[in-house]
Amino acid sequence: MKIGVLALQGDVREHVQMLQALQVGSVLVTLPEHLGGIDGLIIPGGESTTIGLLMARYGLDKAVISRHKQGMGIFGTCAGAILLAKDILGSSQPRLGIMDISVARNDYGRQADSFEAAIKDHRLELPGKPLKAAFIRAPVIKKISDGCKVVAKLGNSPVLVRQHRLLTSTFHPELVGETRVHKYFLGMLR
Amino acid sequence: MKSEIAKGTYQLKKGLAEMLKGGVIMDVVTAAHAKIAEKSGAVAVMALERVPADIRAAGGVARMSDPKKIKEIMAAVTIPVMAKCRIGHFAEAQILEALGVDYIDESEVLTPADPKHHIDKGKFKIPFVCGARDLGEALRRIQEGAAMIRTKGEAGTGNIIEAVRHIRKINEDITQLKSSSEGQLKEKAAQCRVPLDVLQETKLLGRLPVVNFAAGGVATPADASLVMQLGVDGVFVGSGIFKSANPLKMAKAIVEATTHFRDAKIVAKSSEGLGEPMKGLEISTLDVKMQERGL
Repeated sequence: MKIGVLALQGDVREHVQMLQALQVGSVLVTLPEHLGGIDGLIIPGGESTTIGLLMARYGLDKAVISRHKQGMGIFGTCAGAILLAKDILGSSQPRLGIMDISVARNDYGRQADSFEAAIKDHRLELPGKPLKAAFIRAPVIKKISDGCKVVAKLGNSPVLVRQHRLLTSTFHPELVGETRVHKYFLGMLR
Repeated sequence: MKSEIAKGTYQLKKGLAEMLKGGVIMDVVTAAHAKIAEKSGAVAVMALERVPADIRAAGGVARMSDPKKIKEIMAAVTIPVMAKCRIGHFAEAQILEALGVDYIDESEVLTPADPKHHIDKGKFKIPFVCGARDLGEALRRIQEGAAMIRTKGEAGTGNIIEAVRHIRKINEDITQLKSSSEGQLKEKAAQCRVPLDVLQETKLLGRLPVVNFAAGGVATPADASLVMQLGVDGVFVGSGIFKSANPLKMAKAIVEATTHFRDAKIVAKSSEGLGEPMKGLEISTLDVKMQERGL
């Protein structure tokens, strides 16, 4: 299996390290031609406006959507969640818009309100062991459609959601060495 | 939910900088500038009273910006907003924290407020970025609590030579570290005035333990590509954008060159027809070298 990491901007290195830890090969994706031969794509954390603009400039957005229709899975963390969402509250920024979720950007607040959390309410392996997570100027998923499955929740908010071959987290497992979310994504692709 | 969360940790401070990697942080003076920066694809903006070239031209004491301006900029964009305080001026930093900015730059571009001490940055909930010219300076700032480093370069000159000098120096220092014995590390720790374990961590990682951006002289897409190829994680552009003939075009081009720095064809295309870049200054003609402030 080979996983692409969208490398236009953001914490690309940390996702590559996660994949290395799980012994999966990775390719950096900056142009449409890099999408050939990958089974899944990770959209890292970063600035969603920046990544969205840069995706549109070289037709990566259309290429990613088309590869997804042919079966490529996508996992978006934080900025990735925003880029996957059909609806971004109060924003018309460029996006992929292929997941039936509605998100509000920076909804916990600014950097002073960024937080680390141990997420107990999850359906990943080792259910008794909380998920380590960093929420950095994170979005909040406000609404999900019936086709979406909540895989983890913090309080009343879904923070890890799956829709068929799409997975999205509002937090960063890759910053705190939490490999179970990436493992789950790889499992989705098998 | 409330009981299990932690805010203001070093991990979160470093973490925000990790999210900015591969991006361009732009100096802005007004909310209108900030919107142009965001539209061009900036990952963050630095709210300032004047861009460094104007600070240099104006002379006098350069201080933190008017909080009103910073608030206007924060309200104008959704990307992170950084702001500068004077070296050692912890009261200015407290004000910036109270305003809720996302990052504080304890910066040599402003007139230093303390001849000996930098701010004790670990005490703050908000992360700090600091300038450095070599590994020792970088590690001292990290030891004081900085969660991100940038080269000092020479701000407001549009001249890339000093940023290149500082990137290469840090790279060389780290290369040397990698082949150092434990005894040499101890010597180096004393020289740099930092604890041994910080040097050991840097040696193990083979890079600085925090994100490192280039700053101080980036004025064109080619400059951005140059510093990225020398190994920095991203780019600060101060005067280079709003002192150029066509700021939006220049900003977009620098963003594109920072992302696609390995692809000279793309950098060539983005460099086309940008109009005049900022004029720039020869380093030997400078009265004030900002990089010599706060070592």
